[in-house]
Order: sequence, then structure tokens, then C-alpha cells
Amino acid sequence: MLGASRRTDQNELTRHDTIVIGAGIVGAACAFRLAGLGQRVLVLDPNMPGTGATAACMGHIVIMDDSAAQFALCQYSRKQWLELLPRMPKNCELSRCGTIWVAADEAEMQAVQQKEQRYREAGIACEVLDNGSLRAQEPNLHPDLAGGLLVPDDLSVYPTNCTNWFLRNVEMRTAVKVVSIREGQVEDDRGNRYLADHIVLAAGGLSVQLLADLPISPRKGHLVITERAEGFCSHQIVELGYLRSAHQMQSESVAFNIQPRTTGQMLLGSSREFCGWDSSINRNIVRKMIERGIEFMPALAELSAIRIWTGFRPCTIDKLPLIGAWSAVPGLYVAAGHEGLGITTSLGTAELIASAISGRQPAFDPGPYLPSRATERATETAS
Amino acid sequence: MTCTIVINGQPHTVERGTSVAAALAQAGFFRRSVSGKPRGPLCGMGVCFECRVQVGNNKLVRACLVPCEDGMEIQT
Repeated sequence: MLGASRRTDQNELTRHDTIVIGAGIVGAACAFRLAGLGQRVLVLDPNMPGTGATAACMGHIVIMDDSAAQFALCQYSRKQWLELLPRMPKNCELSRCGTIWVAADEAEMQAVQQKEQRYREAGIACEVLDNGSLRAQEPNLHPDLAGGLLVPDDLSVYPTNCTNWFLRNVEMRTAVKVVSIREGQVEDDRGNRYLADHIVLAAGGLSVQLLADLPISPRKGHLVITERAEGFCSHQIVELGYLRSAHQMQSESVAFNIQPRTTGQMLLGSSREFCGWDSSINRNIVRKMIERGIEFMPALAELSAIRIWTGFRPCTIDKLPLIGAWSAVPGLYVAAGHEGLGITTSLGTAELIASAISGRQPAFDPGPYLPSRATERATETAS
Repeated sequence: MTCTIVINGQPHTVERGTSVAAALAQAGFFRRSVSGKPRGPLCGMGVCFECRVQVGNNKLVRACLVPCEDGMEIQT
């Protein structure tokens, strides 16, 4: 019987409508959405909510337009964030900081013009800044930068507390490490079984431990946070070349990305490396990252860094997350592989997962994100 | 031998060689977090940055690593 929690035998613990594996922001958003539809949802995680990639990242809610599918997912997701904001508590540290995409030279200014056109056609507010208006917005930027694009409705949040807020009315078990998934049930490392009609795998980069066929690999990043420096900058500022850095799939790369936190501290990124799950700090790449920052904002050299940490983006080959049914196991859905956009796109992901599970028409086309594209590619390669 | 330092505008006399962190503890001062909560040295050896204060011209230092000097001005 659906919806009733019952104890059947010693190792068969619970029955729910849906089990979500992984309490990062993506799993939490899916659980939040499904619970909102009246489902009985159980979230399982070996650790506390929002403590993996969710805790390591910047918390930038941003529209990116690397592809039409990424653009659509970001647009829907940001709209959802903006609607939820008034309900979210102060500890989510919402800041309507906006994004400035900085163009270093005239060639990049042309890219800014194209970006502006795409955003305008999609109804997203934005404004082209020339050299003078860029300096007026952000006086600490290097005076020779050509200009940029201001996207005023982007924002920043504190992702771990947002995750906890999504989960506030959802049943959650920590210290549960799921080791296998079968139709209608999952099992943990102590032999306990949890029953549900639907299972959502939202364990980020660790999802491959449960479904080895998922094409997700960890892509390490470093972040640096400075002492308090109120007013040093007032927008999240990203170099337009960020996309270039994000695109390079092989080598390590850095790109300038700075965010003012509500504490007055500056959060400085970014780096990308493929080096497995080695979480140690790579001093060489941190140096490059800080030098890149100082090229764009020379006064950064005057600030003290007080913490440096690393995290792992769950990266897919085609830069799009895997969202939807996993046909090999009836009732199993995947919501993983969001690389550097998991905070932003968690809510769009939740919409697609909730629609697939409840049989509703989704708010936008789920086709580009379906996990079947991964298995199709594997079959093509094999044949 | 003693020296006199100024913490948040108030003069205090400490033994020469006392670390700024120890002087703050003796005088009962704390750095405050953004939410106003008291913060103090955690590691005492320059790693954790929890004891950071401003000395003189707005310069951020780790209080556990810096010895007091006569006339030093400290803002928590």
C-alpha cells in the first residue's frame, strides 16, 4: 500500500513513494518538489545534507548559454529561484548581486554583443557596459578592460543552507550508504532495504558507484576566500573567457571569477582539473588563479586570503546533466552530472524529475537531458 | 619589562614579548564574527586564521604570530 510506512521484517525498513539517494542540492530540490506534490519521500545520504560539491561551490545562480539546452534549463531554474526567494530564510544569504561578464578586448566585446542579443530575445534583462560604465560599476576592475555584459537578475546564495531549507519538511536519514539499487528497492551497507515505487539517483559524481555506466567524472576546482573587504566589488564578476576554460576538456585551466559574499568577504575562483578524487590543494594552480584575479582586479593583491579549499564538479562529456528515467531499471531516475551549474539548475532538474515521476507535462523539453543519450553513445561506440 | 598597546582605543600594559593573541585574552577582548559572536585563537600557530585582527594601518594579522610592540594599535 502506497503512502503507509510499515515494518515488514528486520531488514525491510520503510516504504515510500520515492527514495532520493543523495542529499546535495539536486537531491534536496527533487525531494522538495516531490513532497510538494503530496508524495511521501525519503532522502538517504552517508553524510549531512549539502556537504559535498554543494558546500564547496560558489552558490552563483547564473544563466549560461553554452548550448540551447543549457540556456533553457538555466532560464527555467533561475525563474524558480526568484519565485522562492521571498520564502527563504536569512541564513540562505540571498544576494541580488547580478553578474558582470567581463570582456578583456574588442574581440570579446563582439561576443558580449552576441550574448546580449540572445539574452534579449529570450526576455532576460541585460545591459552592455562600455569601458567607462564598467569602471563606474566596478572601480576595482583593471582600467583597460573593454567592457562587459551586466545581467542584473542573477544572484548568489549559501547552498548548504538552501539545501537544508529544501529538506525541512522531508524525511531524511543520514549515515546511510546505499550500495545497490533494484526495481522498487535500495539496500544499504548494513543490509537494510528501503522500498519505494520510484528511486532518484542524485549522488553527483559518486553516482557512478551505483550505476557504473553513467558518464560522470570529477572535475576538481579550488576556491579562495579573503578577509572582509566590504565594497571591494558589488557584482559577481566573471571573465567572458570562463566559457573557454570550462570547455577545455583535457588540460587544467583557470578563469577569473569573483563573488562578494554577504559577510563582506570576497570569494575568488576558478580552476578546473581532471585528477581523480585527489582533494589536496594544488599550489601551482592556486597561484595561477590568484594571478589571473590580479590581472583583472589589481587591488586583489592587497587582500589576505584566509581559506583555500577544493571540491569536485560532477562533469559529463557533453556539458549537460543527466536527468530522467534510467531504462535498465524500471522506476529508477537519474539526476546527476550538473558540473558547475548544480545550484542554479537544481530547481529545473526537480521540475523534470517530478514531471517524469508524476506523469505531468514538464515546463520545458526534457529531451536534451535524458540519460539515454549516454547509453546510446556507448552502443554506437561498441557497434 | 613591559610595553603599552592600544586595543580598540583603550591602553593596556603587557609583558614585552607577549603575543597580540595573549594580550587580547588578558584584556578580555575578542574579534567578532559578522553576526557579532566572539572569535578567538583556535590553533595558536598561524593556521586557522580565527584570531585575525587589524594592527596599525588596517593591516590584517594573525594575533597569535605577532608580538606586542610599544604603542601598537589593535582593532578587533
